[in-house]
Amino acid sequence: MKYLDEYRDGRVAAKILSEIERVTTRAWTLMEVCGGQTHSIVKHGVDRMLPSQIELVHGPGCPVCVTPLEQIDKAHAIARRPGVTFTSFGDMLRVPGSHTDLLRLKSEGADVRIVYAPLDAVRLAQQHPDREVVFFAIGFETTAPANALAVTQAAALGIKNFSMLVSHVLVPPAIAAVLQSPGNRVQGFLGPGHVCTVMGYREYEALAAHFQVPIVITGFEPVDLLDGVLRTVRLLEAGEVELQNQYSRIVTRTGNVAAQRLVWSAFEVCDRKWRGIGTIPKSGLRLRYELQEYDAERRFDVGAMETLEPAACISGQILRGLKKPHDCPAFGSACTPERPLGATMVSAEGACAAYFAYGRHRQEATR
Amino acid sequence: MCLAIPGKVIEVFQDRGLRMARVDFGGTVKKACLEQLPEAVLGDYVLVHVGFALSVVDPAEAERTYRFLEELGQLDEIHMPEGPA
Repeated sequence: MKYLDEYRDGRVAAKILSEIERVTTRAWTLMEVCGGQTHSIVKHGVDRMLPSQIELVHGPGCPVCVTPLEQIDKAHAIARRPGVTFTSFGDMLRVPGSHTDLLRLKSEGADVRIVYAPLDAVRLAQQHPDREVVFFAIGFETTAPANALAVTQAAALGIKNFSMLVSHVLVPPAIAAVLQSPGNRVQGFLGPGHVCTVMGYREYEALAAHFQVPIVITGFEPVDLLDGVLRTVRLLEAGEVELQNQYSRIVTRTGNVAAQRLVWSAFEVCDRKWRGIGTIPKSGLRLRYELQEYDAERRFDVGAMETLEPAACISGQILRGLKKPHDCPAFGSACTPERPLGATMVSAEGACAAYFAYGRHRQEATR
Repeated sequence: MCLAIPGKVIEVFQDRGLRMARVDFGGTVKKACLEQLPEAVLGDYVLVHVGFALSVVDPAEAERTYRFLEELGQLDEIHMPEGPA
């Protein structure tokens, strides 16, 4: 496929790799922010190709993984109600809450459905006026325009039996939180290419300048990722702090302004709890006041939830880049994609699921 | 979740007041909303995420980046030993 295959070309990858080897003189720790990048890195073995001095730490950019347990328990409470059709992206279905998951609720008779696009949930509400259709609106800035479109369409068409359970998160506050955490080892970032497609990268220029850390906005194919590593290492080796845009075929400095306008017409910034990390100020989105009637939390009056996180799961430390999946005693034994203890084992973008899928059950003896 | 892939716009149409497209991803055709991408036209490659087109792929930038990467280390190659095959 055009714009994909050429970025998987082994010949080009080998050239970039030898250039990385040539410029690297000491140890560097980089973080890829986005879970999609983590998945691609593990799938293609990008981390294993790199010189041993370069360590890639996996970031918190997996929306399914960081959706707080309270919101997942609320989703389950709403999905259980008679008359409710609960819709969600597919990878949310197996995520364990305190007591159950959406797939199990479906098997017990709840009307839980997977949608590909948020607009499909609005169409479903139109087709079934006798049902209360609820959409689980999760995601980062990449997904925010599509979710915003769903709720603004419902409002424009006067569809009253549609609502959203919102659990949106924002990347820049999470990068700041990583850099401010006491045990931080990250010296440079591969920035989230698709988030920046929507938002542009001005916020990341500010982060790079404020924290004096190089950030390279990077794509998702192996050649993109290696190019992102090369650019970041070059900056680190030269002692330069800069924002670079590796993904310039897709990302512009200002992003998609029309999509941003749509996002702000539906959402406003709020404090948000991240699963395994805790509350990060101004790190989330909630529905604007004018759209409150579409807020499923209000419509179904799901108040404060008492949550129960499995003690064995170390996903919080994995999401903060402090541990790797194979450091967890439950990884691959008590915790598998079929019977996950934590969300990082569920989503394809979760580090645990990626390590499991591509046979990373043990730390390599030599690197 | 942030998975988004480039596909070619093969049809543009209106549906319930929204500008929509049929997008071809290497043989698989899906609908995508073009509402926030007014500049996208027939034949363009657009990046689609959960049924929503986010950006038009810039062919000139793609070419520039790729050529730069291809040329990387070309001088080194002259000194590389020949492989067994």
